[in-house]
Amino acid sequence: MKEVNKSVPKKDGMGLTVGKPAYTEDLAPQNALTVKVLRSPYPFARIKNIDTEKAEKLKGVKCVLTYKNVPRNIVTRAGQGYPEPSPHDKFILDEYVRYIGDEVAAVAAEDEVTAVEALKLIEVEYEKLEPVLDFERAEGHPSIIHPEKEAHEMFPTGFNPSKNIAAEYHMSFGDLDKTLKKCDYVVSERYYTQAQNHTAMETHSSFAYVDINGRLNIVSSTQTPFHARRIVGEALGLPLDKIRVIKPRIGGGYGGKQALHGEFLVALVALRTGRSAKLIYTREEVFEATYTRHPMRIDVTIGADKDGNIKAIDMEILSNTGAYAEHALTVFMVAGSKTLPLYNKAEAVRFGGKVVYTNHTPAGAFRGYGAVQGNFALEATIDKLALAVGKDPVEFRVQNMIKEGETSPVFKIMGEGTEGVDMTVDSCKLEYCVKRGMELCGWKDKYPRKQIGKNKVRGIGSAIAMQGSGIPCIDMGSAVIKLNDGGFFNLMVGATDIGTGSDTILAQIAAEALGVSTDKVVVYSSDTDLTPFDCGAYASSTTYVSGNAVYRAGRKMKGLIEKAGAERFGVSKDEVEFDGEFIRTKDGRNSVSLSQLSTELYYSNKQKQLMVCESFCGEVSPPPFLAGFAEVEVDLETGKVDLIDYTAVVDCGTPINPNLARIQIEGGLVQGIGMTMFEGVKYGENGKLLTNNFLQYRIPSRKDINKLTVEFAESYEPSGPFGAKSVGEIGTDTPPAAITNAIYNAIGVRVTKLPVTPEYILMELKKKMK
Amino acid sequence: MENKIRFTLNFKTVEISASPLKRLLDVLREDFSLTGTKEGCGEGECGACSIIVDGELVNSCLYPVGRVEGKEVLTIEGFRSTPEFEVLRESFEEAGAVQCGFCTPGMIMAAEFLLRKYPHPTEEQIRKGISGNLCRCTGYDMIVKAIKLASERGDGLW
Repeated sequence: MKEVNKSVPKKDGMGLTVGKPAYTEDLAPQNALTVKVLRSPYPFARIKNIDTEKAEKLKGVKCVLTYKNVPRNIVTRAGQGYPEPSPHDKFILDEYVRYIGDEVAAVAAEDEVTAVEALKLIEVEYEKLEPVLDFERAEGHPSIIHPEKEAHEMFPTGFNPSKNIAAEYHMSFGDLDKTLKKCDYVVSERYYTQAQNHTAMETHSSFAYVDINGRLNIVSSTQTPFHARRIVGEALGLPLDKIRVIKPRIGGGYGGKQALHGEFLVALVALRTGRSAKLIYTREEVFEATYTRHPMRIDVTIGADKDGNIKAIDMEILSNTGAYAEHALTVFMVAGSKTLPLYNKAEAVRFGGKVVYTNHTPAGAFRGYGAVQGNFALEATIDKLALAVGKDPVEFRVQNMIKEGETSPVFKIMGEGTEGVDMTVDSCKLEYCVKRGMELCGWKDKYPRKQIGKNKVRGIGSAIAMQGSGIPCIDMGSAVIKLNDGGFFNLMVGATDIGTGSDTILAQIAAEALGVSTDKVVVYSSDTDLTPFDCGAYASSTTYVSGNAVYRAGRKMKGLIEKAGAERFGVSKDEVEFDGEFIRTKDGRNSVSLSQLSTELYYSNKQKQLMVCESFCGEVSPPPFLAGFAEVEVDLETGKVDLIDYTAVVDCGTPINPNLARIQIEGGLVQGIGMTMFEGVKYGENGKLLTNNFLQYRIPSRKDINKLTVEFAESYEPSGPFGAKSVGEIGTDTPPAAITNAIYNAIGVRVTKLPVTPEYILMELKKKMK
Repeated sequence: MENKIRFTLNFKTVEISASPLKRLLDVLREDFSLTGTKEGCGEGECGACSIIVDGELVNSCLYPVGRVEGKEVLTIEGFRSTPEFEVLRESFEEAGAVQCGFCTPGMIMAAEFLLRKYPHPTEEQIRKGISGNLCRCTGYDMIVKAIKLASERGDGLW
């Protein structure tokens, strides 16, 4: 392999480094109207009266939108495949506002100052309603958050808005109670995770204009341009042939830009005023009014026999989706479906629970997508069980975990909102990952703890994780490859590079399949008019799903080039081969460069355009695996925890671009570390998010991260492009469990609520001393 | 109220009429179409809008343009014509320090400021030097590596 498994520089790296206009806001026309949103000051209220007259009369104001003058079509903004597993529960604007930050009205004005001034002139009379702020009391609460009759599910998902239930699901196999009774060791624990914010450095941004053909064009920092087109069409009641969505460079997404945010409003303003209109979220709006990771309460019980064989696992979840149910069912299901198969020898497994509405900022997709929450609960309980059994937790994992060639009944039972697919794990180097990780982190010397001076103790902890590679039988990616004169190629993909480097790795896959060098492949991605369909950048799908489509297209194009060469030489196709630069007859008598052949094809000899299109929709979703090891130092006087070292060994199949794969893992680890140690979420009594800026909500800076060690296992996934699986999400999964396991090993305190704070540690230490 | 404000922007003298309270970030992006300087938070916490004013690293989102009178402003668009930039660019590219890229121009300006102060910074100095620049994509390791690489390659430049 010449072009893959190679750290080719990122295609857009140079342009981004020199600061060329690249992101949505950079590209918005200078004279675009500025759109600003009036947001609800109450967690739950009905708008009794709204008077926009003064705002409309303000000089420079061009358009004011309220629920009274926008189309009333109920949609889900989730940005998923169709029909969506998320219920339709959102209007563009509604007479009900359901969290502090929910949209009340929007103003478009000539400049930002005028738009902000106009917002202050809108007079709103609210009927305040009793909010639901405690997710453990949401079910059956007297306040019904979605009383609107239009709200509906697209297929059975347990949606029951009259009880504030957004989704419900239960599964089981084997007899759980009976099996647990027979177990020699049974441990249980309850865990809570918080509403982590994605905090992509670029805030959610979009602008829209009506082009010369009268079509609505939306430029958006979206992870899902094709879904965005469909959902804008649905919400505005516009035929899809009137809409084009373009994704420029994106300043980070991590799931936070899978759903739609400003698109409806800029589209409406552009259509009504004939002017281009932009909406750039402030950082405060990102915190308060986009969405977060689903906070969950997770109860886990695991049982093992006297030899330490895991026999039964029970996982019960209550998930909080906030005011709207974007990704409610699927994130909750993934907490089980992408963790339970790790321990595939369990004879009885039960998983289930509910997702409830509350009057908080909505939750949605976030890297890890439930697997992080589930992994924290499962892997912390595994450590607890290992201690009960009296085994080293790493050896205990190796004894029980899934191995290459094996399967799990969970794969078939649980998909994302639907039934899953039966599959065996054809590539799984988890055992290598664990062993190599133990060497790298010095497990044998460091487990479980070391006293460092009088008041400091170091501990080491571990966790293993799996994810998926796309949603099988649902998510499709496609690719078009066009040969140009001069012998270079355009690769057109719907796949959405959100800063991950997917344009680069897809070009590498195309180049490898064609046999050419990567610099001969010019990529265009994510323009709904000009590129073929792709579900978008989510569910760890791009390398595997879009990558397989690109691989197929590359192979097909290579065949077309050889056929054109054969026609030129007057021989059969079998007698010709293309080596990346020249098309030759195998006997060596004839040869022509691709550059010359392509120029002849378009100008002078048997003229025709060579172009191919291929698609891929996975029948399976091969999981990548990761073993994570955390070493922490706990200050017994202050309760402060420092992360000394984090080691991750990863099986992602062939890393198409080892450098970019490493950044995916390192970045994922740091987001997981942030969730575990820094990113506390606080609400005021009225439901107001207090942690709504980078001072209050602290994401890790370089000072907070000490040593990170990342290595990749040699692995080859037979169904992947050149052996590749996904790598985008799995890095996020292990830090919560590995770090809290390390804290337990250091000081005997089991952290069950994230994030870990010095106060929490001190309180627990004090309790222990009593 | 608008004032006439004169300053040096990327080695050239410029003059604008603007409210002295307008954020320098907006002046750069709107009045001069210099979009390399990014807004990540608008409150001086993320460092995406880092530029150099009279040799000091500042967050342009917190800097009223009135204060810039008579000063020298350097943004990524001016810095990119220098040999120091060339070394930093190469090092960032080679270390693979660019992911989504949104923090990169600010990070490069912070790195330039750091290298002017410490041409051969220690790991600790690098960590401290870029601690005001948030990156949500990487684990920062590659950025540290890139700055180390630049300090070796650009020996004598700073």
